Amino acid sequence: MSVNKILAAALCLSVTWFTSCKPKGSGNAVGADAAAKTYVAPGKYDELYNFVSGGFSGQLSVYGIPSGRLLRVIPVFSADPEKGWGYSEETKPMLNTSHGYVPWDDLHHVEMSMTDGVADGKWVFVNGNNTPRLARIDLKTFRTAEIIELPNSAGNHSSPFGTENSEYIVAGTRFSVPPDGDKSDVPIKTYKENFKGHISFVSIDKNTGAMDLAFQLKTPGVNFDLARAGKGKSHDWFFFSCYNTEQANTLLEVNASKRDKDFIMAVNWKKAEEYVKAGKGVKQAVTYAHNTFDEATQTAKSEMKKEVTVLDVAAFPDLVYFIPCPKSPHGCDVDPTGEYIVGSGKLAALLPVFSYDKIQAAIAAKSFEPEKYAGVPVIKYEAALYGEVQKPGLGPLHTEFDGKGNAYTSFFVSSEVVKWNIKDLKVLDRQPTYYSVGHLMIPGGNTKKPYGKYLIAYNKITKDRYLPTGPELSQSAQLYDISGDKMQLILDYPTIGEPHYAQAVPAELIKDKQLKIFDINANKHPYKANGEAEAKVVRQGTTVHVYLTTIRSHLTPDNIEGVQLGDEVYFHVTNLEQDWDVPHGFAIKGANNSELLIMPGETTTLKWVPDRIGVFPIYCTDFCSALHQEMSGYVRVSPKGSNVPITFGLGDK
Amino acid sequence: MKKSSLAAITLSVAMCLLIACGGGSSHKEQKSATTNTPSEEPAAANPSYDPKRGEGKFDESNVKVGPLNTAMAAKGKTTAETKCFSCHKTSAEKLVGPGWKGVTARKTPHWIMNFVTNPDPMIDKDPEVQAQLEICLVRMPNQNLTEDEARNILEFMRQNDGAK
Ligand SMILES: [Cu+2]
Repeated sequence: MSVNKILAAALCLSVTWFTSCKPKGSGNAVGADAAAKTYVAPGKYDELYNFVSGGFSGQLSVYGIPSGRLLRVIPVFSADPEKGWGYSEETKPMLNTSHGYVPWDDLHHVEMSMTDGVADGKWVFVNGNNTPRLARIDLKTFRTAEIIELPNSAGNHSSPFGTENSEYIVAGTRFSVPPDGDKSDVPIKTYKENFKGHISFVSIDKNTGAMDLAFQLKTPGVNFDLARAGKGKSHDWFFFSCYNTEQANTLLEVNASKRDKDFIMAVNWKKAEEYVKAGKGVKQAVTYAHNTFDEATQTAKSEMKKEVTVLDVAAFPDLVYFIPCPKSPHGCDVDPTGEYIVGSGKLAALLPVFSYDKIQAAIAAKSFEPEKYAGVPVIKYEAALYGEVQKPGLGPLHTEFDGKGNAYTSFFVSSEVVKWNIKDLKVLDRQPTYYSVGHLMIPGGNTKKPYGKYLIAYNKITKDRYLPTGPELSQSAQLYDISGDKMQLILDYPTIGEPHYAQAVPAELIKDKQLKIFDINANKHPYKANGEAEAKVVRQGTTVHVYLTTIRSHLTPDNIEGVQLGDEVYFHVTNLEQDWDVPHGFAIKGANNSELLIMPGETTTLKWVPDRIGVFPIYCTDFCSALHQEMSGYVRVSPKGSNVPITFGLGDK
Repeated sequence: MKKSSLAAITLSVAMCLLIACGGGSSHKEQKSATTNTPSEEPAAANPSYDPKRGEGKFDESNVKVGPLNTAMAAKGKTTAETKCFSCHKTSAEKLVGPGWKGVTARKTPHWIMNFVTNPDPMIDKDPEVQAQLEICLVRMPNQNLTEDEARNILEFMRQNDGAK
């Protein structure tokens, strides 16, 4: 132990020496034993999986914590040629929407499926902010299993947040817009009359995870920012932060910041569920895509749905209440007990903490403002308020909890993370971030049982933190040890896209459930080749189906002739391997979509339309064995109407 | 856990030294710091390996062969078509891996069962497989055969070699 201490001291000295040449102040927050706390030796696993929003990359990244090592990028809303996602015939339908194929999005928030208010490691839900979508990722395969589009919505920002048993995942529109349909062509300046907010409640099947747009709440036209479900005693409630209660439609920077207070909207979702069950909802004709990936056929299908049930909140007096919250609230976070709701007015100089019990008492006593807001009762600020954290910092955004009675709030303008006590509302510690922190996350920090050991700050600006890389620098995550009284910065690492929210869970919850191969005998793909004997080339008019197999280290067939200009060629590639971590790739010269990456036991299809005559090499792109470079072949393309017959073979076969 | 964090610190210090000394002879420190990394036992250090039996679940007591079971052999052939024939011919000719003709005369039934269900450690340890790897250069993949599938394939190999 003493040796350990000496070594740690030596390390501390060297760290201090290294950081002393950094800009003034930027090394102060670094913990002395940072390296020992974040070092994960070769061959060892990280303690936690960390699922991090990929922002405008449209993807979800997976990091190991505490090492900060990037483990995987899961394609969700954006096409990914590396994995053939959105390019293979099987996955193209996943990116279908009512606008057609939309191969990108802006992925902001991450929510794990929960049981009893704690992450259960089954699925991760993420939102597409641009073309409003919600996706479910299966944590057995680390693949996107389902994407549902949201009608009547624009800018799906207040999403995806879930109830304690993932009964519902909600998706609130950031931009209020005229509801979908033929009456939506209205002057923009009629915002107040014609624009509406919609909150989608998507139900989740407990066993399969299947998503269903159960109903929507139609609300006054405001901007919904974030949301959180209640916990424990507040289980039946959902809280949404809203800004632009001025209902401005231009120069929002000024016009949406006029009121002293905006709102947190409290929704009794159990009541909403009852009203829908009782048939009180209005059926509205809409169009939205619902895309599902079938693991048996390894093929996605996209279905256009035509109807949604809507509850107008103004028509139900006991369903929704507004709570005044200072200056454009961003985060709206519920503590582990379900009693405290922290509003973060991003332009406010204080943090209001609301009390669930007081909100209930205020509703019972009708402690409302004299005037409703667009037909919805407004609870008196003081009647709902537990207390205020005074002068916490500038630009509060998000709050997470450590389960020990403390809250941690990110401050964008003053670039810091501030720890404060929920009961006495006193600030306990503040540490700088580099720079302009947005979201922050404590593993389980949004649940009933936070894993209060680490905090990760996700920063928007990283000037001078990394070797410069031209005009743009990667955004960053910063890991803090929060096990002691003071937060200690222990690691700084770049992220993909712009990270927004994230989730993290102990590795044990996920790692042993991993699917290692797809069982080839369970493969129900209609174009599967069950062994090399079934590899073949079939012409049907001007369509050519190639049933091709891969195994270390050859393609079967590897010589194909008889393809003609004007043909559409479908390569259905079955990977015959049944060994973990042995995908094969498939590529052909001139392919104007992507390569394929086929997992063991899987069949994946690449469409190829040759644009000229000649001989086109095909090859495996994923280095698979010592003879990987030999894993190749040729496709001959002849002129249209040529008399070269379809032939195919491998070796002498 | 303590040991590994000590190693972590040692390594970090070693790395700092490396930087500080401009890459001097810190080979020793690095080496000592990495002794913690798990590594496979080399073949030579494994005298317990029995090349007649191989390594795995099977031995003489649980793999018994008798008169040829043609139903099992037929099932074995079906499985082999999906999982084996990409690389093995039923003749003596080598494709990616060696041809199957005569394999049941060269190897014991339980060795075959062990090898097809547990190839990785045997490729590392078995002298004859090592020699074969030098010829083929492709490690036989683990095709995740069930015990039944493996037993059926063994029966097909016996049929292929003329067992009655
Ligand atoms: Cu390959």
